[in-house]
This record gives sequence, C-alpha cells and structure tokens, in this order.
Amino acid sequence: MGFAFQERYQAGDSPLHLLDARVKVVATLLLILGIVLTPQFAWPAYPLIWALLAGLSIIGGIGIGRLARTATLALPFTLAAITLLFTTPGSPLVQVLGLTITDAGLGRFLAIVLKSWLAVQAALLLAMTTHFTDLLWALNSLRLPATLIAIISFMYRYLFTLREETERLLRARASRMAASPTGRAGGSLAWRARVAGGMVGNLFLRSYERSERVYAAMLARGYKGQLRTLNAPPLSRRAVLLGAVPVAILLLIELVALIWWR
Amino acid sequence: MSHHTIEVDNLSFCYPDGHAALHDVTFHIHMGEKVALVGQNGSGKSTLLLHLNGVLRSTSGSIKVGGLPLNDANLGQIRAWVGLVFQNPDDQLFSPRVRQDVAFGPLHMGLPDAEVNARVEKALAAVRMSDYADRVSFHLSIGEKKRIAVATVLSMDPQILVMDEPSAGLDPRARRNLINLLHDLHDQTMLLSTHDMRLAAEVCPRTIVLSGGRVVADGPTRDLLYDAALMEQHGLETP
Repeated sequence: MGFAFQERYQAGDSPLHLLDARVKVVATLLLILGIVLTPQFAWPAYPLIWALLAGLSIIGGIGIGRLARTATLALPFTLAAITLLFTTPGSPLVQVLGLTITDAGLGRFLAIVLKSWLAVQAALLLAMTTHFTDLLWALNSLRLPATLIAIISFMYRYLFTLREETERLLRARASRMAASPTGRAGGSLAWRARVAGGMVGNLFLRSYERSERVYAAMLARGYKGQLRTLNAPPLSRRAVLLGAVPVAILLLIELVALIWWR
Repeated sequence: MSHHTIEVDNLSFCYPDGHAALHDVTFHIHMGEKVALVGQNGSGKSTLLLHLNGVLRSTSGSIKVGGLPLNDANLGQIRAWVGLVFQNPDDQLFSPRVRQDVAFGPLHMGLPDAEVNARVEKALAAVRMSDYADRVSFHLSIGEKKRIAVATVLSMDPQILVMDEPSAGLDPRARRNLINLLHDLHDQTMLLSTHDMRLAAEVCPRTIVLSGGRVVADGPTRDLLYDAALMEQHGLETP
C-alpha cells in the first residue's frame, strides 16, 4: 500500500547526528534563509552552496546523489513560478503557444528552481540526521507554542496506529469483495463511494473515541491542562561553534555573490 | 488516616445517554490486598475503575481513597495515589518515546527534574524494561507496551494499582511475565479487572464479582471462582 508518510530519518552516529538538535534547527533555518536571499543572477554561488550541502551530507553519512534526488520531490511546487517565464520584461528568446519567453524571465525562473532545490536539501539534511522526537524537543526548547508541539507529537504517535487501523479496514473490505466468475467485481461507482465514505466515517469515530481514552489516561496521570516537559540541558559552546561553521561558510558565499556576481 | 485503602459505598452511575452502569456498589479494600474484579463484558468493571481516580464522577454514593473522600480538593492527591493502567496500552502510551511516557506522571505531579529522572529509571527497572527508555513506543510488541504501561504509573509511586484487563491480548510468555511482575509488586494494594480466571486465581486472594452493575459476590477467590453455579450464572467460568 502506498502510504506517503514514511520516516526520513536515517539512524547513524555521525557528527551531524550527534549535534544538539536545537543547534541543527537554528542552523538549518539560517541556511534556508541565506539560500533564499542569494542574489538571483549570481550563478557561480549556486554550485558553491550545493558543494556546502554535499559536504554536510558526506559528514552525515547520507549519499550526495540520494539527497539531490529526494529534493527533486519538491520541484513541482516551483511550477507556481512558471508565469515569470513570460511576464518578466527582457529580450525574447522563443515563442511557445503564442507566448514569448524572455531571457530575464528564464533566468528568474531558473533561480527560483535552484533555490527551492537547495533549500529542500538543507531541510532534508536536518530531517535525515535528526529523529523526529528530537526535532520536536528542539522546537519545544526553542519556545514554539507547547500546544502546537503537543498536537504534532500526538500526530506522530498515532499516525502509525491510524495507518494500522486503515490497513485492517481495507483488508476486511478486500476479503469480502468477491467476484462471481461472470459478473463485474466491486459494484457500481456509487456503491464503492458509499463504502469508502463509511470507512472514513468509521476511522473518524475510532480516532475520536481513542482521543477520549487518551485524554482519560492523561487525566489519570495528573494532567491539569498544562503539558510539562523536562528542562532542556544547557547548550554546549562546542555545539554552537560547530553549528556556526556551515552558516559562516554560506555567509561568505553570499557576501562574495553580493559584491562580485550581482 | 489510612493508607493504601479503597472504600466504595453505595456508588451508582448513569452515563449521559441514560445507560445505568453501576447500581449501589459497595466494597472496601484494605492495605496490601490484591483483589480481582470479574464480570462479563458490560458488567460495569471499566466504569467502576474509572471512578477510582475520578476520571468519571458520580453524584450518588461515596468513594474514599487512602481515607480521603474523592472530591475536587483531593483529586490531585488521589490521582497520585491511584495508578490506573488502561486496557489498551496504545491509549496509555501517548508520548512518542518510552522515557517521555514514564516521566509524564511524575512531571505532572510537579516533581523536580532529577527526581523525575530517578523515578523513570526505577520504574523501568521494576518492569525490567530499562533498555527501552529511548525506544519509540509504536514499534514495541503488545507485551512490551503492557509492561511499560505499568511503569508509567509505577513512576508516580502509587499506593494503589488499578489495572483494566492486564492480560488481554498477551501471548502465553508475555502473560507469564506479567503475572510474575504482579507477584513481585508488594508495595501496592491491587485491584485487577479481568476475564482471565487463572490470572485471578494465581494473583488475587480475593475476588469481587460484578454483574449488571451490581456486586453479586465478594469473598476469597478459591471459594468464588470454583463455584461453578455462580460463575455460570454470571457468564463466567471456573479457572
């Protein structure tokens, strides 16, 4: 069954895996910000940024090719910027379906594609080297609202339980969808839609009832409406310095780009 | 003041939809007793257990835990005293990692971090799951989840352990491990709701039989569980 939510995390004990998750989250956000702010026609900057990310992925024990390939998953979203091809003023290159593609338009579009691809690689690097629960812990100690953290954490905990429940329902349906040798299997479209609708409703009810039982379990252990967590250990100077290295390298690339390649 | 005791007097309870689940239930459990609560499905066992630490509240009848009447003022204290282990460990283990779940109770009791960590280690050691502290809950087997569910309440250092169907869904070895664990826990008064008559016979010297929301028998396990007529009448069977 093709369920899309699988874990990106790759277990390991590389320096990237062991680095304090808080440092990794902040460094990744800074890297993404830097990538997005790259002057758009500073073409030599892009391979340099990619080399930085590739270097990090080697340190993290994640294949360069794998990271690059996985990041292409996000490329369809750049189609949102496709109108830039035709609407940016510049010298015309080609005519497509009566629309004119300009050189400036092509440049801007390519820059957006490259930036998205690089930014997604930076985010993937974080997701592949940091366990989801550590990520949540880091976001929590970085003062993201506790309610939001709790919602994501419950989602993470029960997504897999829900998936198992869905699989059981689908299996139960499949084992009763017999076909006679002559007839067409599965019934009419309307009938199948009704069955699917019933299953969704069933899943919702089960989840709703589970949420009540979970809440009872929380109350039973002293929950009073305020989630408490252990205090985070202090950040080590070493972790912060390590996290600052890639950010500093990117800063350097951006400075060069701003001064010479603009 | 008495510790480790449960006193339930004339407790009745109706669900909001009008379904009457408990009628005039009365029993007293003394310090250190291990009591089995048996009865067929729908006899009110789970409903009764949910009253013991105030998840469900009835307006009719009274409950005293450790000598304290169950009311709004004592609710926090009583929840710390009564460790309730739910039937489905997927409901009990709601945190992503084992350690977070075992720490949940002590943290919400307002204990300092060092004490919380010490209790987590001690509770996991008591159920022999110390190696599982950093595991992710949903990858565990049901037997492992069950033991950790027990640890999540042991970490609150409860006086009373209340368990709903502790052996449901366990394979023979996991069930045997659980029975050994229940034997080994001496510090707590215990109330186990169960369909597992052999577990009741092995672990609990005393049994309460619930039927249609009423207590129909209360006495030594060896007298009640081996009374074939009584068991038959209430949809149960002898061990």
